[in-house]
Amino acid sequence: MSVEWVAVLAKTGFVITMLLSVAPVMNWVERRGAGFIQIRRGPNRVGPFGLLQTVADAVKFLFKEDRVPAHVSPFYYFIAPIVVLVPACMTFAVIPFAGPITIAGQVIPMQAADLNVGFLYIFAIASLGVYGLIMGGWASNNSFSILGSMRSSSQMISYEISLALSVVGLVMIHSTVELGQMVKLQSEALLSFGPIVIPRWGIFVQPIGFLVFLTAVFAETNRLPFDLPEGEPEIVGYHVEYGAMKFATFMMAEYMNMAVASGLAVTLFFGGYQLLPGMGTVLGALHLQGSTQDWIRVLFEIISFTVKIAFFMWFFVWVRWTLPRFRYDQLMDLGWRVMFPLSLANICVTAALVYKGWV
Amino acid sequence: MNISPGFFYVFAGTSILFSLLVILNRSAIASAFSLLVVFFSFAGIYALLDAHLVAALQVLIYAGAILVLFIFVIMLLNVEQASFDYKRGRILTGVFAAFGAFGMVFLLGRVFRSGSAPLQPGPFSPENIQAAGGNTRVLSELLFSEYVLPFELTSVLLLAAIIGSVVLAKRGVIEKKSKEAK
Repeated sequence: MSVEWVAVLAKTGFVITMLLSVAPVMNWVERRGAGFIQIRRGPNRVGPFGLLQTVADAVKFLFKEDRVPAHVSPFYYFIAPIVVLVPACMTFAVIPFAGPITIAGQVIPMQAADLNVGFLYIFAIASLGVYGLIMGGWASNNSFSILGSMRSSSQMISYEISLALSVVGLVMIHSTVELGQMVKLQSEALLSFGPIVIPRWGIFVQPIGFLVFLTAVFAETNRLPFDLPEGEPEIVGYHVEYGAMKFATFMMAEYMNMAVASGLAVTLFFGGYQLLPGMGTVLGALHLQGSTQDWIRVLFEIISFTVKIAFFMWFFVWVRWTLPRFRYDQLMDLGWRVMFPLSLANICVTAALVYKGWV
Repeated sequence: MNISPGFFYVFAGTSILFSLLVILNRSAIASAFSLLVVFFSFAGIYALLDAHLVAALQVLIYAGAILVLFIFVIMLLNVEQASFDYKRGRILTGVFAAFGAFGMVFLLGRVFRSGSAPLQPGPFSPENIQAAGGNTRVLSELLFSEYVLPFELTSVLLLAAIIGSVVLAKRGVIEKKSKEAK
C-alpha cells in the first residue's frame, strides 16, 4: 500500500473516532455544565466525577426494549435516525485539523478529504439532515409528530439560507472556498500594535458575518434558544414516537452536528488549526529538526484546533443554560426579517470594501 | 489506482433502479424519497467525472432544497395513495407513452449512430482545470464573466416564476377577503 492510501485510511479513522466519541463526552459536559450553571451537582455517582454516567446511559439505551408502535410505517420509521446520523458523520471530512505534512516526499493535507468545493460540501451534505426529520415525523403517522417535523424542517430551511449567505463575505475576501487555503490566508497579520499582532481571522474581517453564522448554526443544530424540534415542555417534537437507541441516535447526531458546526466556526472565523498564542514560542524554543519538528508541529496544531473546538462546544452548553427558548413565530421573524437582510447587507458592504481594496 | 469504473456502474445502476422506483411506486412520498437517491447517484457520477462543484450543487440544490419542497407539498396535500383514476385516461395515456417511448428509442439510436466518430475533447481537460486552480474557480470565473448575462437572466426568470406562483396562490385568498369585506 502506498503512503497516500495509509494516510487516507488513518485520517478517516481518526476523524470518525473523534466524532463518535464526541457524543458521550459532550453529554457528560452538558449535564455537568448544567449542574455548574444552576448551582447543583449534576451526575456524580457513576465513576469519578460521574464520567461513566454516559456509558451507563448508553448501555441502558441499548438494552431497553426496542418497541415499535403499531401505527408507524416500519421502513421509514427505521431508517429516519440513520438518515439523520449519516450526514452528521460525513460533514467533518473537509475540515482541516492540522497543517499539511510531507511524508516520503508526498504532501499529505490533514483533512479526511481535500475537495476543491470546500465548505460547499459541508452545506450540501448538512442540508440532507432535514430528510431524517421529515421521515421521522411522517413515518410516525401521528399528527403531532408530522406538525413537529414540519416546524423543524421549515426552521432548518429558513436558517440554512442565512447560514450560506453569512459566509459569502469570507469567500469574497479570501477568494477561495477551500478550507485549507482559507486557514492559510488567515495567518497573515491584519493590524499590529507593537508586540500585539491581530491576525486576519474571519471574526476580525467579518464580524457581522460571524454573528449571523453563529445564530444560524444554533438554529441548524437545533440547540437552545432555537431547540423547537425538541422543545419538551411546550410542544411535541418529530421524534415523539421514538424510544431506546433510535431516540439516542437522534441525540447523537445532534452532538455530532454541534462538533461539525464548531469545527466550521473555528476554521472559518478563528484561524482553524493555527497555533494558540504562545505555542509558537514553545515550538521555536524546542529546537527540533526535520521530520520530528514537523510531527510536533502537527501535534501542536491538533491540540490548538481541539482547544478551539472545545471552547465552542462549551459555548453551546453555556448558551443553552443561559437563554430561554424562542417562540416559533419569533424564531421565524428573526430568521427572515433580521438575519436574512443582515447577511445580504453584509455581502453588499463587503463587496464594496473588496472593490475599494480596503479588506 | 483507478477505481472509478466500478463506482460508475454502482451509481449508474442505483440511479436506473431508483428512477424506475420513482414511477412504479404507489405511494407518492416513497417516489419522492426514491428521487432523492437518484439525485445522489447523479452527484456521485458527477464527482467521478471530477466535476466536484456540479456534484456539490446537485446535492445542495436538487436534493437539499427542491426535493424538500416536493415532499412538503406531498405531505401537506396528504396524497397517501395514488389519487389518479387510472382507468379514465388509459387509452390517451397509452398513446402518449407509446409516442414518448418511440421518441426516446429514436433519440438513443441517433446518438449512438453518430457516436462512432471519436469525440473531440474541449479546452477544459482535467489537467488544464487543475492548472487554472480547480474547477470551482474555473466554473465561477466563466459564470461571472462570459456567461454573466444568461446567468442573470435565469435568475430573473426564476424570480418571475416565484412571483407568479405567489400571485396565483394569493388570488383566491384576496378575492375571498374582499367578498367578506363587502
